[in-house]
Amino acid sequence: MSNTDFQRTLSPYDAAAASGSRWYFRLHIDPILVGLLAVVVAFGLVVLRSAVDGNEALFAAQLQRLSVAFLAMVVAAQIPPHFYLRVAPLFYLLGLTALVLVFFFGVTVKGSQRWLEVPGLLRFQPSELMKLSVPMAVAWYLQRRTLPPSLKYTVACLAIIAVPAFMIGRQPDLGTGILVFGAGFSVLLLAGLSWRWVVWAILGICAAAPLIWQFVLEGYQRLRILTLFNPESDPLGAGWNIIQSTTAIGSGGLFGKGLFQGTQSYLDFLPEARTDFIVAVIGEELGFVGVSFLLTLYLLIIARGLWLAAQAGSTFGRLLAGSFVLTFFIYLFVNVAMVSGILPVVGVPLPLVSYGGTSAITLMAGFGVIMSVRTHKAW
Amino acid sequence: MAVELAIKDQNREVALFVGRATTLFVLVVLLLGVLILRLLDLQFWDHDTYKSRSDDNRTRVQTLAPARGMIFDRNGHLLADNQNASSLALVGERITDLPQTVSLLTQLLDLTPEQQAEIQGRMSLNRRADKPLIVVDALSQRQVARLAVNRHLLPGVEVVNQLVRFYPYGEVAAHAVGSVRRMTLDDLSTVDPIQYSATSFIGKRGVEAFYEEQLHGAVGYQKVERDALGRVRQTLDVQSPNPGQDLRLHLDIELQQASVKALSGKRGAIVALDPRSGGILALVSEPAYDPNMFVSGMTAKAFSQLSSSVYVPLFNRAVNGQYAPGSTFKPVVGLAGIATNTTSWDQTIDDRGSFQLPGQERIYRDWSWTKDDSGGQGLVDLNRAIYRSSNVYFYDLATRMQIDDLVRFAGAFGLGQNLVLDIPSASPGLLPNPEWKQGVKSLPWYPGDSVNMSIGQGDLLATPMQMALVASVIANRGDLVAPRMLASISNGAADTPQVLEAPVKKIGAETLTAEDWENMVRAMGDVVHRGNQGFRGNGTAWAYIGQDIGYRMAGKSGTAQVVEIRQGEEYEEEQLSEFDRKHAWFIAFAPAENPTIALAVLVENGGGGSSVAAPVARAVLDAHMQLQQARGASGRDLEVVAR
Repeated sequence: MSNTDFQRTLSPYDAAAASGSRWYFRLHIDPILVGLLAVVVAFGLVVLRSAVDGNEALFAAQLQRLSVAFLAMVVAAQIPPHFYLRVAPLFYLLGLTALVLVFFFGVTVKGSQRWLEVPGLLRFQPSELMKLSVPMAVAWYLQRRTLPPSLKYTVACLAIIAVPAFMIGRQPDLGTGILVFGAGFSVLLLAGLSWRWVVWAILGICAAAPLIWQFVLEGYQRLRILTLFNPESDPLGAGWNIIQSTTAIGSGGLFGKGLFQGTQSYLDFLPEARTDFIVAVIGEELGFVGVSFLLTLYLLIIARGLWLAAQAGSTFGRLLAGSFVLTFFIYLFVNVAMVSGILPVVGVPLPLVSYGGTSAITLMAGFGVIMSVRTHKAW
Repeated sequence: MAVELAIKDQNREVALFVGRATTLFVLVVLLLGVLILRLLDLQFWDHDTYKSRSDDNRTRVQTLAPARGMIFDRNGHLLADNQNASSLALVGERITDLPQTVSLLTQLLDLTPEQQAEIQGRMSLNRRADKPLIVVDALSQRQVARLAVNRHLLPGVEVVNQLVRFYPYGEVAAHAVGSVRRMTLDDLSTVDPIQYSATSFIGKRGVEAFYEEQLHGAVGYQKVERDALGRVRQTLDVQSPNPGQDLRLHLDIELQQASVKALSGKRGAIVALDPRSGGILALVSEPAYDPNMFVSGMTAKAFSQLSSSVYVPLFNRAVNGQYAPGSTFKPVVGLAGIATNTTSWDQTIDDRGSFQLPGQERIYRDWSWTKDDSGGQGLVDLNRAIYRSSNVYFYDLATRMQIDDLVRFAGAFGLGQNLVLDIPSASPGLLPNPEWKQGVKSLPWYPGDSVNMSIGQGDLLATPMQMALVASVIANRGDLVAPRMLASISNGAADTPQVLEAPVKKIGAETLTAEDWENMVRAMGDVVHRGNQGFRGNGTAWAYIGQDIGYRMAGKSGTAQVVEIRQGEEYEEEQLSEFDRKHAWFIAFAPAENPTIALAVLVENGGGGSSVAAPVARAVLDAHMQLQQARGASGRDLEVVAR
């Protein structure tokens, strides 16, 4: 085999990446993905500017967090994938340990025990780390096995996923629990999990729904689901959020009321306008056009992410990168569906736009990993 | 071999991954499509629904109460003003724990236990949980400040600023002007609910009630933008309310004050009229109440004290107190005798102090009768019968008259009916006649009924207002001008006030001559001015009021029995309980030759008309004459438009 034959198998992108002829290849960064992310972040900051209603401190804090998130992305991109492969089981076990610690020593905020605190030093949510470590662990597990996974391997993967997801769900933090499960499960789907099993599982869950309703869901969670179908039943209580957010989005119309003109958020009718419900602010102020623009950006990020994942040099890299992309989608879908009133209210932020730092850092670190598995071609 | 398998798997797994990624990407696109459809649903197909829902969220139409018209006296003194007041209001739906809110308010505002109970009571009856309900009125600056500081602890507690009624003269003009009261749900059913949607007070008594429509004005609107907590962020659109019309009354507040002073705390009433216009110059009922209490709010206890007092301060004696007029009725009987040709000014009778109907044993006595029969006025004609107030003369006259003639004549003076144009609640008194007696008592009219009626006793009842009108008719020499409170009505300062014409009715036009009226005026003048002629030659009131008087006044005293004095007994004041003593009356007008004022004074259970009521009347007339003189120079008095 001559050298030229070998080179033919490389795409021009790979060839350029391998030669390290551009600065961004040397930095292990994909300029298209980073560009798209930057546009989303910039768009989010503009909307946040309106949502914070003149509170400069909040805006500055978010700018700072996003800077950290971009830094996390760049750092994550530098680390070669085989390092992630090596630390995946350790990372996962550490996360599990932290979750157990949270169960016993966690700090309760707003009725939910999610935080682990080292007094005077730091305070963090182990559940947030699990969004990365669960798919990593599943990908690590499947890396050494033949795909599509057999029933035995699938059950093992489900165990890896379900234990932390369940613990997080009981904190209770249903939103993060769903995301962690989604992140892990997306690895299985990408690994070729039999569609037939998936259908059977869905049918089984539907059959068990009454039992889940009775024994798994908490009272407030049941109320949220009921409210989804009839928000007017309790317009000032459980239905308030949905009524006000659909009103905000609906009143925006095709082109919106104009930036900084949203009365629903400005007059405090819209709860959590900066955080989980920020898409209602976009819908109200920028209308259908504004939300569609954002959704299009998200779709482009997903497309680019999956394409990068498909280019990865190892099963582990592909599965990991692909699952991060799909997790990103679950984020945005659950959030937008919740705010527009087609899913019950669960605490999931709009990725890269909602006020709040932890999820942005996790997400950007995930994108860093995606770029790492693509650009460290040598491995 | 393991390496070989791995390489083989690698190719297959890439293909598998690409296949899965593609499938899942299609799924992503489909799910995003669902979101897009949902957004179209909200923002395009149902946009109008959500648009109006957002606007409803944002804006509220608030009603604005019009400023109530002000009330002035004839000389422009302000009788009813509007003042800014802060009240405490609670919004039911925003209060989660009422007892806790009340206890916090108690700490902040130093509420009395009564006020606390009042708040709980009003809140429990409140039917509009979304609207502020005013529970404590007239907050002090200090209280408002304390509430403002602690606002965050008190959701649903608001301070409402509004214009409220203020009566600068308080008790003095209470019964004349009336008062407003906080509206109740029952009140809302009697008025246009839209016009009154922002109004808290409604005229409940007196002028305030009768001219409610003119005083109220028209409601205004404003559209405001509110936030989720109901706080007003900005006003978007305003349609100002139209203030109510200002009223100018005939009332002379300075004369009113003098009248209250003249009564000097005695229970009773004074009504003074301008005979030319019918204008009510003074309307006093004592004891009175402070109308401001109905505005600033009073506790249930204070109200029950006010309403259950044996002296009934809320009762308007001037127009609703019905009393036997006693001898003040005699001028009417005398004129009826002349008008029916039953007697003449020359005809005399011999008054021996007592009177008996033919064939009856009952003795009707003169007021001067004594047990030893030494009383009586001697030879009396009508003139003397008036100034000596001879009962026997009128006993005799009445028995010789057809009772229907007397009743018809007395009715023309307004007795037995309410002729006041703007006090519909004034009582009609009672002018009995045979049909009435048959109907109510199932008894025929006995000659004795006529005898009793001739001296204003028996079933006959009249209000001070009606007796003032009797005085006014005589002062006018037969012209009856219906009394009224209102002089003119105005629409703000720019407009010329609309001055009201007074209807005039002539009494005895065909039967009485001008001379007859002058004779009666002269006789009533003698009641006051005829003096130094010995006991049987002096007017009954001369000794009390007839000296040192700078103008000619005409009057007639009356002393009305409240309980029957048995045959053969004398009236012993000390032996009677307070409420059984005689009522003292005096009707008068001045100056006799060209009267500008006619009045009636009643002192409840006061005793003798001449000794008790006459000095009060004199004091009021003196005040009127002085005020007239003082104003004559400055020309401030209301022009007279009656004739």
